[in-house]
Amino acid sequence: METKNIMIVGVGGQGTLLTSRILGALAIEAGYDVKLSEVHGMAQRGGSVVTFVRYGDKVYEPIVEEGQADVLIAFERLEALRYSHFLKKDGAIVVNDQRIDPMPVVIGAAKYPENILEDLQKKYRIYKVDAISEAKKLGNIKVFNVIVLGIAAQHMNFCKELWLKVIEKVVPPKTVEINKKAFEIGYSLH
Amino acid sequence: MSEKVIMLGNEAFARGAYEAGCKVSAAYPGTPSTEISEYIAKYDEIYAEWSPNEKVAMEVAIGASLSGVRALASMKHVGLNVAADPLFTASYIGVNGGLVAIVADDPGLYSSQNEQDTRAIARAAKVPVLEPSDSNEAKEFVKFAFELSEKYDTPVIVRSTTRLSHSQGLVSLSERVVPEDKPYTRNIAKNVMMPGNAKGRHIAVEAREKALIEDACSFEINRIEYGDTKIGFITSGIPYQYVKEAFPKASVLKLGIVNPLPRRLIEEFAAKVETIYVIEELDPIIEEQVKSWGIKAIGKEILTVQGEYSVNMLKKAIAGESPDIAPAASVPNRPPILCPGCPHRSVYSVLNKLKIHAAGDIGCYTLGAVAPLNVVDTTICMGASISSLHGMEKAKGKDYIKNWVAVIGDSTFLHTGINSLIDMVYNKGTGTVMILDNSTTGMTGHQDHAATGKTLKGEATYAVDLATLCKAVGVNHVYEINAFDTEKLEKTVKEAIALDEVAVIITKSPCVLLDKTAVRKQYRIDQELCRRCGMCMKPGCPAITKKDDGKILINDTMCNGCGLCGQACKFGAIKAVR
Repeated sequence: METKNIMIVGVGGQGTLLTSRILGALAIEAGYDVKLSEVHGMAQRGGSVVTFVRYGDKVYEPIVEEGQADVLIAFERLEALRYSHFLKKDGAIVVNDQRIDPMPVVIGAAKYPENILEDLQKKYRIYKVDAISEAKKLGNIKVFNVIVLGIAAQHMNFCKELWLKVIEKVVPPKTVEINKKAFEIGYSLH
Repeated sequence: MSEKVIMLGNEAFARGAYEAGCKVSAAYPGTPSTEISEYIAKYDEIYAEWSPNEKVAMEVAIGASLSGVRALASMKHVGLNVAADPLFTASYIGVNGGLVAIVADDPGLYSSQNEQDTRAIARAAKVPVLEPSDSNEAKEFVKFAFELSEKYDTPVIVRSTTRLSHSQGLVSLSERVVPEDKPYTRNIAKNVMMPGNAKGRHIAVEAREKALIEDACSFEINRIEYGDTKIGFITSGIPYQYVKEAFPKASVLKLGIVNPLPRRLIEEFAAKVETIYVIEELDPIIEEQVKSWGIKAIGKEILTVQGEYSVNMLKKAIAGESPDIAPAASVPNRPPILCPGCPHRSVYSVLNKLKIHAAGDIGCYTLGAVAPLNVVDTTICMGASISSLHGMEKAKGKDYIKNWVAVIGDSTFLHTGINSLIDMVYNKGTGTVMILDNSTTGMTGHQDHAATGKTLKGEATYAVDLATLCKAVGVNHVYEINAFDTEKLEKTVKEAIALDEVAVIITKSPCVLLDKTAVRKQYRIDQELCRRCGMCMKPGCPAITKKDDGKILINDTMCNGCGLCGQACKFGAIKAVR
């Protein structure tokens, strides 16, 4: 199989690491070679963070190159735009429809771009969700990223049972049920 | 078949130490090496500690090695500068039990103050360096490093980079095998490095290097993958992965040992391929040596000494291929920032108000350099805040630093800041030092230190009292204060700076991320009372945003309830709702 390239982008603290670890465990469970690349330390402090997941028969480099991503999972709109050029021509963007102002915007030194999703829609397949509201309905805002992942799952070649099995393994034991519910919500959207 | 699991590079390093029978590990946290120690600490069979700094960690490992067991020190690249003193002489002394240092470089500067290359220091110290290229090799190379260390009587460095340390890949697990402890014999000619003995040891070091240059040619960790011989790559570590991805058909010499270089092996490879490229991130360490042997190789003429490499970069530089990529969107940057509820923000908002300059240090609080806080003027290395402020005073006189303070974190203060404070007192300085005590090593992800009362293994221990420590070195004016009491803080800073002797202000408020179970207050803006003056936004809390219609809102998913914005509001519009 040709190597699949997934990117997870967001703002430091949004849970990109947990999401990539679910994907990594999933690829192993399905019998693939897999590599993940993460960001720790200074860059994580509210900064723009990107995590790469690559799986296939044999994976060499741990990063996804520009123009190579099959799926871009974005937890924030501006971050979706920032990394959109990493996508292949027929790539898919799954985006959490949330706006978090970066410091240059907060202090008035820059403007938060308007119509991000509309513009991206002209070039890519785009699937958006207000995952924060959906997660609030579930009673735990922190599972919003698993809702987003549920949507992304529709664009990857793994069966739903496998996803649920892996989520059970990877997330903290106390949160298994709510994370599974969150995944189901995402999986049924779009 | 052995079990295969997915592991972070740093976890794999730890696993390698475990399987190699390592018994002692010491480290100081630093991105990207921190997790090596955290994973080692999970193995009950290995004694593991956070040392106050890398020099101490290296010396702990050296002592353990001399006593006859396998020992490890791990650190980031700049940590090796601090540990260079013991390393250079450990190279002369050699080892009893195997001695390995894992050192992680940071090409691309994800979380560091410089982009130095560990191989250059290792060459100067005449210490062998192994360089793995994925998680499984990370584990295997650590095991081989211990063997090499004992066989050649030398410390061995295993070099990592951020990309290796923080990537995950598949690892085949093996059992832990503990070699028998080596007997200890008193041997002053080898272990006491006074000049007469060191002269003899230097001869041994040179002989060792010579032997390694030849022996390394048959190490299995070096590998030639012959393909198309028109083009050949000499590479190692993570860049090997880029080469394989970009040029799958080319011939590759993958070096597992990068210091000293296996010269004969490289010459053999060079003789069989037409055009040779040396692909290494950071400095041209391999390239310059290879060229000095008269081999025509191409390297930094077409590639950079800065940052990380990539497949696209190699394809472009070597094959002239430019993949059809959409241009990157022009978007506002999202630089790292202090978290909502961070006690450093409170301290900096006061310093900003008083128009005070800060000689800064290494930690989350370095972020006080940028807008809107704009307080930190300098950041050099661990501990430099206090001593560099002292230097300014000695150059320009005490009045010159009446609008300056040094700011340093609790962990950094214990790392090397304490030496600088001793200097300031001893040499009659008058500086004001602020220790931003958040009860943890914050930036690297919450590691304990000598003042937190807990060891790396989670055991309770004596907690250094920072105020008592400062008094003991001769500081007469030590203030302890809550970081969020801005009124008192302002008064105290003014008072301390006015003194004509050293003063230390310890702001004590734990990192807001430390206690994840805490139920925090939540602040909200009463839109009836809000005059939209923007005072609450001055400290630059990312949880507060101004909408296009001028309305100011607090994001309830981000607010950590510190109340700093409420203190800034003159109209009582910001209130706790929970």
